[in-house]
Amino acid sequence: MLARPGLPSFEYVQAANAAEVHSLMQQSGARLMMGGTDLFPQMREGVCEPETIVDVKHVPGMRDLSYDERLGLNIGAAVTMNQLVRHRDVQAHYPILAQAAHSVASYQLRNRATIGGNVCNASPCADTSPAVMVLEGVMVLQAKGAERNAPAADFVTGPGQTAIEPGEFLAAIRLPAPPAGAVGRYLKLGRSRLGDLSIVGVAVLGYPDPAAASGYRFRIALGSVAPIPLRAPAAEEILAANTPSEETFAAAAEEAMGVATPITDVRAGATYQKMMVRALTIRALRDVWAELAPGKGA
Amino acid sequence: MHTITVTINGAAEYLAVRSNMTLLQMLREELGLTGTKNGCEAGECGACTVLLDGEPVNACMVLAVESDGHQVITVEGLAEGDELAPLQESFIELNAVQCGFCTPGMLTSAHALLQRHPKPTEDEIEEAVLGNLCRCTGYVRIVDAIRDAAGSSASASGKGGAR
Repeated sequence: MLARPGLPSFEYVQAANAAEVHSLMQQSGARLMMGGTDLFPQMREGVCEPETIVDVKHVPGMRDLSYDERLGLNIGAAVTMNQLVRHRDVQAHYPILAQAAHSVASYQLRNRATIGGNVCNASPCADTSPAVMVLEGVMVLQAKGAERNAPAADFVTGPGQTAIEPGEFLAAIRLPAPPAGAVGRYLKLGRSRLGDLSIVGVAVLGYPDPAAASGYRFRIALGSVAPIPLRAPAAEEILAANTPSEETFAAAAEEAMGVATPITDVRAGATYQKMMVRALTIRALRDVWAELAPGKGA
Repeated sequence: MHTITVTINGAAEYLAVRSNMTLLQMLREELGLTGTKNGCEAGECGACTVLLDGEPVNACMVLAVESDGHQVITVEGLAEGDELAPLQESFIELNAVQCGFCTPGMLTSAHALLQRHPKPTEDEIEEAVLGNLCRCTGYVRIVDAIRDAAGSSASASGKGGAR
């Protein structure tokens, strides 16, 4: 498709605070905007034609990123990918999120693209969604005079669909403090090293847990291989029940492959995507295990 | 229309811009700064890379009105009058330019890289220009030129494609 230069016409309004967002949202044809990196291409392709674009990134708190040992990480919805990649506490305590943010597009696009936009656009291939899911994040949805928390696990309800109700907007994402000793890995398959849209994304978080039969628990989330990003609970159960080994990882990866329901599209065939879920899950488990229990082997 | 004040290459500009005008259109069509190129208008090719408050952005993905109150540096702002920046000299010296369409974006991305990392590693150079597509050079000479400008003695010529 050859796009015409420029963007179709609309009115741009900058919201100064949450109250203004709520009142501007009422206008017909209003769309909220932060970095615009998903919205503008959609507008150029005629997928959406907003009459009013409400820029919400200047609302207080939207670009704040703060960490507290007990409370965890508070990420304003308009925090950019590069902000996450660079932030010391993200690197130290949530490296899997830094990896996912870093895998998005190019350096210059990561200066604009926001985590809130990434999850709210609700593309199955959003890179930060699987990471937020294994970190068991909570989406802070701001309605007029009220705030509601929605678990990241059920936030995306379909391609382009989220649990956001009319009158609400995503203000922040809160990540609890990660389990003690947690190690995470996000592996992404794209066409090139340029952060292309992912063909398969696998996020694995592992941590010691004496209550588990194996002594460890692993959380696994998959992107790009179903209409929504998903956890792989059967694979997680295998890993909690069986001593970590190549056999255990292979069995878990088989289960992860089982929950993937990809479709053949312009980027890859369905069978290939399923096989890559298995391959990347094994690789991520090996990487996490090597760091979790150095020298123990698998 | 929105009335905005924006500093372009060090000079304040007062402009009236439509809501749907991109920063790219403003630079090229309103200000005649055609060094910044329009490639894909989808944030993929990097030909329109400019510095917004010192950080590279795709000018096709920023609204002109969003630049209100900010600093923009384009490729025209890298030289000091008639004196080319060392980075520009290195691009010429090492033949890092063929058709030239990607060059303004390469230069702005590389300029920002050298601001953040005066002595970048090979990986940091590649990462910085990964979002700048070049269909001519095969990237090796571009990476060499950036390294040369950084004053590093190591050369990676013959290393093969940069991506």
